[in-house]
Amino acid sequence: MADLSTDFLGIRSPNPFWLASAPPTDKIINVMRALDAGWGGVVWKTLGSQVKNVSSRYSSVNYGSKRMMGFNNIELISDRPLHLNLREITEVVKRYPDRAMIVSLMADNDRASWHTLIRQCEDAGAMGFELNFGCPHGMTERGMGAAVGQDPEIAKMVVEWVMEKATIPVITKLTPNVHSVVPTARASVEGGSNALSLINTIQSVTGVDLDTLVPNPYVAGKSVYGGYCGPAVKPIALKMLTTVAQDPLTSTVPISGIGGISTWRDAVEFMLLGATTVQICTAAMTHGFRIIEDLCEGMSNWMDEKGFVHTRDFVGKSVPNITHWEDLDINYHHIAHINQDKCIHCGLCYIACEDTSHQSIRLDRGNPYNTYTIIEEECVGCNLCQLVCPVADCITMVEQRVSPEYVNWKEWQRRGLPLNDH
Amino acid sequence: MAILNNRLSPSAYAEHFQDIHPPFETLDAALVEANRCLFCYDAPCTKLCPTSIDVPKFIKQIATGNVRGSAHTILSANIMGAGCSKVCPVEKLCEGACVFNLMHEPPINIARLQRYSTEKAMAARWPLFTRKPPTGKRVAVVGAGPAGLSCAHALSREGIDVTLYEREPKGGGLMTYGIAAYKVTPEFCEEEVQYILSLGGVTIQYEQTLGANLTLETLQAQYDAVYLAFGVGQARQLNIPGEALEGVVDALSFIYQLRAEGFSAVPVGDKVAVIGMGMTAIDAATQARRLGASEVTLVYRRTQDEMPCTQHELDIAKLDGCQVIWLAAPSEVLGLDGKVQQLVCERMELGEPDASGRRSPKPTGETFAMHVDMVIKAAGQEPFGALVSNLSLAHKQGRVQVADKTRTNLPGVFAGGDCVNGGREVVDAVQAGKDGAASILIYLAGSHS
Ligand SMILES: Cc1cc2nc3c(=O)[nH]c(=O)nc-3n(C[C@H](O)[C@H](O)[C@H](O)COP(=O)(O)OP(=O)(O)OC[C@H]3O[C@@H](n4cnc5c(N)ncnc54)[C@H](O)[C@@H]3O)c2cc1C
Ligand SMILES: Cc1cc2nc3c(=O)[nH]c(=O)nc-3n(C[C@H](O)[C@H](O)[C@H](O)COP(=O)(O)O)c2cc1C
Repeated sequence: MADLSTDFLGIRSPNPFWLASAPPTDKIINVMRALDAGWGGVVWKTLGSQVKNVSSRYSSVNYGSKRMMGFNNIELISDRPLHLNLREITEVVKRYPDRAMIVSLMADNDRASWHTLIRQCEDAGAMGFELNFGCPHGMTERGMGAAVGQDPEIAKMVVEWVMEKATIPVITKLTPNVHSVVPTARASVEGGSNALSLINTIQSVTGVDLDTLVPNPYVAGKSVYGGYCGPAVKPIALKMLTTVAQDPLTSTVPISGIGGISTWRDAVEFMLLGATTVQICTAAMTHGFRIIEDLCEGMSNWMDEKGFVHTRDFVGKSVPNITHWEDLDINYHHIAHINQDKCIHCGLCYIACEDTSHQSIRLDRGNPYNTYTIIEEECVGCNLCQLVCPVADCITMVEQRVSPEYVNWKEWQRRGLPLNDH
Repeated sequence: MAILNNRLSPSAYAEHFQDIHPPFETLDAALVEANRCLFCYDAPCTKLCPTSIDVPKFIKQIATGNVRGSAHTILSANIMGAGCSKVCPVEKLCEGACVFNLMHEPPINIARLQRYSTEKAMAARWPLFTRKPPTGKRVAVVGAGPAGLSCAHALSREGIDVTLYEREPKGGGLMTYGIAAYKVTPEFCEEEVQYILSLGGVTIQYEQTLGANLTLETLQAQYDAVYLAFGVGQARQLNIPGEALEGVVDALSFIYQLRAEGFSAVPVGDKVAVIGMGMTAIDAATQARRLGASEVTLVYRRTQDEMPCTQHELDIAKLDGCQVIWLAAPSEVLGLDGKVQQLVCERMELGEPDASGRRSPKPTGETFAMHVDMVIKAAGQEPFGALVSNLSLAHKQGRVQVADKTRTNLPGVFAGGDCVNGGREVVDAVQAGKDGAASILIYLAGSHS
C-alpha cells in the first residue's frame, strides 16, 4: 500500500490534498466537514482587514452538458470578523492535530499590519502561512493581492516584513496575472519565502447574458472582472508550475500546486511537474468534500501500480521532460493509423484533417458508412485525428522515424537540411 | 364471444392509447441527449433518412440554444418533420444507422430530439418559410396526404398557387386516418396540416374525389400541372371461402374508424385473428388489444426472418400480449348465422427464394382451426387499380409508373408517394412530394419559354 502522507516544511498531513484558501475553508463548520471527510489539510480563507462582499459573486463556463468547466468569482478575502476566524482556527487545530492548518494572509500594506496579523495567527495555532499575493479583484484596487504579486520588488519587500516576524513556514502564493510567474517567485524566495504555491485565479469575463447584455456575474446591472479557476485553468497552472519547478532558484523550495485539480490524475500530474502538495477549491465547490475519497484511492492505486511507495518518489519526475523547442528531435516522426475494427465511421477525423490540416485521410463513400484510411505519405503526425476520435485506441500514432539520428532544429539549419517543398 | 364496441372506460382508453414515444419534458433532458451526439461528418443517420434531414446539424442547434434554427433545418428537408418524429420507423432509418450502435451504445434519440424542436415550432407557429413572389402558375394536387402536402408546400414556396383536392373531410392522409392512435392524435394531425398550410398559397378542397366528382381532364385543363398523390386503397383480399362473413374486416377500415370516430365507437371481437405481419398488421393487432380484445393472434405465412415489420414493431405487439403463429396461411373462415366462428389455416414451410428475395412459403397440407370471432385482414394493401387504369395512367399492378421518380406517361401529370411505391412510410412520401415539386418546377420553366 502506497503511503500518501506528506511533509511540507515539517507540516505533516496524512495525504497531499489540501483545500485551497476559499469559501470551503472560510469557517469552522466547512473545515470540520472537510477534515471529517478525510482532507489532508486546509489553507484557511485569507485573513486581513474585514471586508464586505457583494451579491451575486460567481459565474461559470459550461461546456456541452458539463457544468462548471470554468468557474469565476468576484469575492474578496474573509468578510468575517478576525477574532471569530482566529477562535475557530484554534478549535480546529485542537481537534485535528494531524492535519495541516495553513492560514492565508493579506494584511494592509504596511509592516506593522503584517506583523500584528502574523502574531495573532501564530497565537491561534497556525502551522504555516500562505501570503495571498494573487487575488485579482477588489483587493488590487487597495494595493493588495495581485497588485503585490505583479511587482517583484513589492512582493520581496512584503515577504521580508513577514520573515522578520514569522516563526512558522511561509508559502508565497503567486498570481497568474503576469506574463511570467518566475520574477515574483524569485523575488519571494530571495525575500526569504520558504515555499511557493500557484496559481491563484486568472482575470476573466466568463460571458455576457444575451438578454440583459450584462456580463456575469450580475450585480445590479453591472459586472467586474472576476477570478477564473476550475478545470479550464489546469493547463495554464501546469505550465506556470513547470516554469517555477525548472528555475534554478525557485526550484530549491517546495511548491504547493493549485489550479483546476479535480481528480487524482490531475493531482498526480501536478506532482510529477514539481508540486509536493496540491490544493483544491473548485472541484470541492462543485461536488462537495466527498471527492477526497477517490482522490486518495486513485492516487494510492496508481502509486501501487507504478511501484512508488511515498509521494516524494514521484514528485518532479516529469519536470526534465519539458524542454526547449529547439532541442526537439526533428527526425522523430509518427503517423496516424486507424483501426478499422474499432472505427465507427463518424468521419470526425476526416473532416478535421481535410478542412483544417493536411488532407491525409482518404474517404471511400459507403451507404451509410464511409471508410476512412490514412494517406501515410501526407500525414505529418499532428495528432488532430486521434484527438477528435471518440473511440479509445481506434486511432493510434505509430512511430516512423525519418532517420535514427537525433537532429534538432539548430543542427538541421547548420547542415542545410531541406525544408518542406509544398 | 361477440364483437362489441365501447368495451372500456374513457380513462382506460386514454391509458391504452397514450403516446408511445413520450417527448422530452424539459430543455435539460433534450440537452443531455443533444450533447451526446458526436456531430458526425457525412452522417450515416442523414444518409438513411429518405428526406436527408441534416441530423447532426439540427441536434447541434438544439445544443447551442438555436431551437428555431433546428426546426428550420428539419422542416426545410421534411415539412412533416413533426409527424415523422412520432411515426417514423427510426430503428431502421436514422437511429438504426447511428454510429453509437457500432459502439454497442444506445443510439442518439434522434426522433425525440426532432420532436422537441418541431413541437416548439408548431406550438409557437414559427413562420419558418416565406413564399417567393407569385409566378402566376397554378398546380393541382390530388390527395392531401404526406406526398401531396409536401409537394404543395414546396411548390408554394416557389411562388406557385396550389389547389389540393382531397377525398376526406380532413387532410393528412394516412397520417390522420391510418397510423396507430398511440403514435399521433387527430388534434396533432390537424395542427400539423394547419402549420404546413400557414405558408399560404395552398387551398384545400375537401371531399373531392378524383374519378367520382372530379376528373383528370378538368384538372389538366385548369392547371399548368397536376400532381397525383392519392395513396393506396384497401387491404388485399384473401380470396378464401367465408371472407364475406360478418366479423371479417379490413385492417384499414378498422383503423380508419378508430382514428376518425374515436375509440369507443369501434367494435372489436373477444378473440381476434390478424392476417399478415407488416406494419398495418401490427397496428391492427395492437390496437385491437388496446380496444379490449382478450386474445389477439397474428397469423403469418412465413417466419420471423421474412417478416416485413421491424423487430421493434413486433416487440410492441408482443408487449401488448398479442400471440404470433408463424408459417400459417388462412384457408377458410367458418361461421354460424353469418358470423365468424373459426379461422382455418394451413401450415406452411419455406421453399425457394421468390422475387422479393425472401424464401417463399409452401403449403404442407396440414391444417388447424382457431376459434375467433373477428378476422382482420392486413396482408398488404391494394393500389387503386381501377382508378389508375381509368385515368389511362401507365401502371404496374395498379401502381402508377413514373419516369425520373416523378413523371407519369401523361404530359404535365406527375405522381408520387404510396400510389407510386405501393405503400411505404410517411417519410418516403414526403420525399416523393419534394421530388415531384422539383420536376414540376422544371416542367413549368420549360413550358413557359
Ligand atoms: C395502418 C397503417 C399504418 C402505418 N403506419 C405508419 C407509421 O407508423 N409510420 C410511417 O412512416 N408510415 C406508416 N404508414 C404508411 C404511411 O401512412 C404512408 O406511406 C403515407 O401516408 C403515404 O402518403 P401518401 O401521401 O402517398 O398517401 P396517403 O397518406 O394515403 O394520402 C393519400 C390521400 O389521398 C386521398 N385520396 C385517395 N384517393 C383519392 C381520390 N380519388 N381523390 C382525391 N383524394 C384521394 C386520401 O384520402 C388521402 O388523404 C402506415 C400505413 C398504414 C396503412
Ligand atoms: C470563490 C473563491 C474565493 C477564493 N478566495 C480566495 C482567497 O480568499 N484567497 C486565495 O488565496 N485564493 C482564493 N481563491 C483562489 C483559490 O484558492 C484557488 O487558487 C483557485 O480557485 C484555483 O484552484 P481551483 O481551480 O481548484 O479552484 C478563491 C477562489 C474562489 C473560487
